[in-house]
Amino acid sequence: MSDIVLEARDLVKHFPLTQGILFKRQIGAVRAVDGINLQLHRGETLGIVGESGCGKSTLARMLVGLETPTSGDLFVQGRNMAKVSGTERRRGRRNIQLVMQDPYTSLNPRMTVGDIIGEPFEVHPEVLEKPKRRARVQELLDLVGLNPDHINRYPHQFSGGQRQRIGIARALALNPEIILCDEPVSALDVSIQAQVMNLLEKLQDELGLSYIFIAHDLSVVRHIADRVAVMYLGRVVETGTEDQIYENPTHPYTQALLSAVPVPDPKLRGLRDQIVLTGDVPSPANPPSGCRFRTRCWKAQEICAQRAPELAARQGSAHPSACHFAEVRDVVHAQR
Amino acid sequence: MSTDVNVKLDTLPGLDSDALPLEVKDLHVEFRTRNGIARAVNGVSFSLRAGETRAILGESGCGKSVTAQAIMGILDSPPGFVTGGEIRYRGVDLLKLREEQRRKVRANRIAMIFQDALSALNPVFTVGFQLGELFRKHRGMSRADSKARAVELLDLVKIPAAKQRVNEYPHQFSGGMRQRVMIAMALALDPEVLIADEPTTALDVTVQAQIMALLAELQRERNMGLLLITHDMGVVADVADEISVMYAGRVIEEAPVRDIYESPSHPYTKGLLESIPRLDLKGQELSAIKGLPPLLTDIPKGCAFNPRCRYVQDACRQDPVPPLHQMSPTRSSACHFWKEVKADV
Ligand SMILES: Nc1ncnc2c1ncn2[C@@H]1O[C@H](COP(=O)(O)OP(=O)(O)O)[C@@H](O)[C@H]1O
Ligand SMILES: Nc1ncnc2c1ncn2[C@@H]1O[C@H](COP(=O)(O)OP(=O)(O)O)[C@@H](O)[C@H]1O
Ligand code: SF4
Ligand code: SF4
Ligand SMILES: [Mg+2]
Ligand SMILES: [Mg+2]
Repeated sequence: MSDIVLEARDLVKHFPLTQGILFKRQIGAVRAVDGINLQLHRGETLGIVGESGCGKSTLARMLVGLETPTSGDLFVQGRNMAKVSGTERRRGRRNIQLVMQDPYTSLNPRMTVGDIIGEPFEVHPEVLEKPKRRARVQELLDLVGLNPDHINRYPHQFSGGQRQRIGIARALALNPEIILCDEPVSALDVSIQAQVMNLLEKLQDELGLSYIFIAHDLSVVRHIADRVAVMYLGRVVETGTEDQIYENPTHPYTQALLSAVPVPDPKLRGLRDQIVLTGDVPSPANPPSGCRFRTRCWKAQEICAQRAPELAARQGSAHPSACHFAEVRDVVHAQR
Repeated sequence: MSTDVNVKLDTLPGLDSDALPLEVKDLHVEFRTRNGIARAVNGVSFSLRAGETRAILGESGCGKSVTAQAIMGILDSPPGFVTGGEIRYRGVDLLKLREEQRRKVRANRIAMIFQDALSALNPVFTVGFQLGELFRKHRGMSRADSKARAVELLDLVKIPAAKQRVNEYPHQFSGGMRQRVMIAMALALDPEVLIADEPTTALDVTVQAQIMALLAELQRERNMGLLLITHDMGVVADVADEISVMYAGRVIEEAPVRDIYESPSHPYTKGLLESIPRLDLKGQELSAIKGLPPLLTDIPKGCAFNPRCRYVQDACRQDPVPPLHQMSPTRSSACHFWKEVKADV
């Protein structure tokens, strides 16, 4: 069997922009995700970073089957999800589960924790017969570090970090191989964030899970990811190993993003290479021609408006980078 | 229109221009709720010099915003009440002033910006009208003059095309630009102290960097005191001079910024530093702090941090609460065992 458990090929999601109340006319499209290729290998963590609105959640929702792609293909364990039978598609879906950002709103307040974690069995009853489910739910509670005796409690009786654990337990119910985490620790305080990240790493080791870990916090992603993809306006602009992206970034956007992250060490104050971007991110309904970053890029030339740079390794970048003028620049460490 | 141009600030009783622009002493705030009394602020003290940046650092619910609200006099009351302490502006205790004088000090000398600019701005008036109103109301300026000042202010906070944008409404600005508008409003009357409560928490990092750079520049130019309330240890390391770390409504450690990161001397501060991943470090171990912060309606006896502390001893579970020990002229820690904690690296 191939080592690639999940693959997206040229995945696109355009949301129609309509006008008119009675007769809706389409006047354009929000190009939320605009041609993304990615591969997830067995047992690895692929981090996806980018600023709000760049299409991370839309991509995540397509990968787990909550959103139908406008075009492109999605392969789970090598099988094209658009081409397989209904049963097989369900089995494929079962294999990928989503953990969402906000533990405060993603859990139904009227359901007990036991019902929340056991709900996936209602959708996929073939996985486990009814009489065995309660014991399985208690096992899951234990696995994520919660007290199995609290199975009849309600979400409001848990703290934010504990609610995120409930979300993780629920995602694990059907024994998936792939977990997609969309900003799983963004709403948590740092001391709790570390608890949840340590739990995710422990579960990956014990269960051999593959993760896609989406976050806007670049330090968190560095900590947990093996490989990283950087998104801007619906596209991946640079991808590589954690080391390549953080130590040797070559795309100007990646460099600007990294240079803006404060490092919790006052000794480094003012010693890092700071790139302050001007202007706002353009609207995904009307992205710039050529390179989408060119309206904010200090290196932009004429060719950048004419030709969209391919995401590829090239002179100046040993790993794939979508910039005509890719070159390494260290923005993470102190410069002397 | 009512104006307060006639209330003179220099006649405030006890005003001392040599005293610090802000001094908070032993502040207590509680919320009287159906679920009991939430002791949100339990004896907080700190001071702020002109031109200094003091960070108030702590996780959600520890009383940072309530402290700021008490200083600004915008506490949600009831249920919130200041039950003790002093809040001094240049020697004058604001808590003892007549309402009208207190409002005047707060409007002119101490200003505040928030995480959420949209809720701080009025959606039905243009940005120019809202800025201009400050000058009309507090400086008695004419319409034309105040409009001109509004444009100057938008320029000051680097909003492009200020002349046109002054006629737009808050919702027409992006998140970062709205934050700039709020900064412009706060600086309109030349305050000596600016309180910024999580000013960049809702923003993307590239925008956060722009806003923090702007705040630092304006602070330098005006020699303002900046009280920066945040939970972000990265931002603090970048901009603060002094830090007060809060836990369960108290300051548990206070020090110059370098000292705190180099040799944290309270187990909570130490735990926080060990639980954040760093951008520039690879394969770093994260040691989480176990457990959760307490409910402020039910703060543990003795040291509030004792159920989560890895240095805990019997004495920590008994009253009295550990006081802030003065470790050196510039540092203090509210841990009985700060010496051991500081030495343990
Ligand atoms: N259901 C939808 N209809 C229309 N536009 C949408 C919808 N969902 C997301 N978008 C738009 O798509 C873009 C990407 O959004 P999202 O995937 O949520 O970004 P991110 O998760 O990176 O913040 C944004 O401009 C957003 O407004
Ligand atoms: N309007 C309110 N009503 C009741 N309790 C409040 C209110 N505002 C704050 N509190 C209490 O004060 C505590 C501290 O809140 P706050 O200062 O907002 O925390 P933070 O440090 O996150 O800014 C809260 O945990 C809560 O118990
Ligand atoms: S292709 Fe041109 S505009 Fe785009 S990132 Fe590279 S230099 Fe900048
Ligand atoms: S006083 Fe005791 S419990 Fe509190 S921080 Fe110090 S060692 Fe820990
Ligand atoms: Mg999202
Ligand atoms: Mg707050």
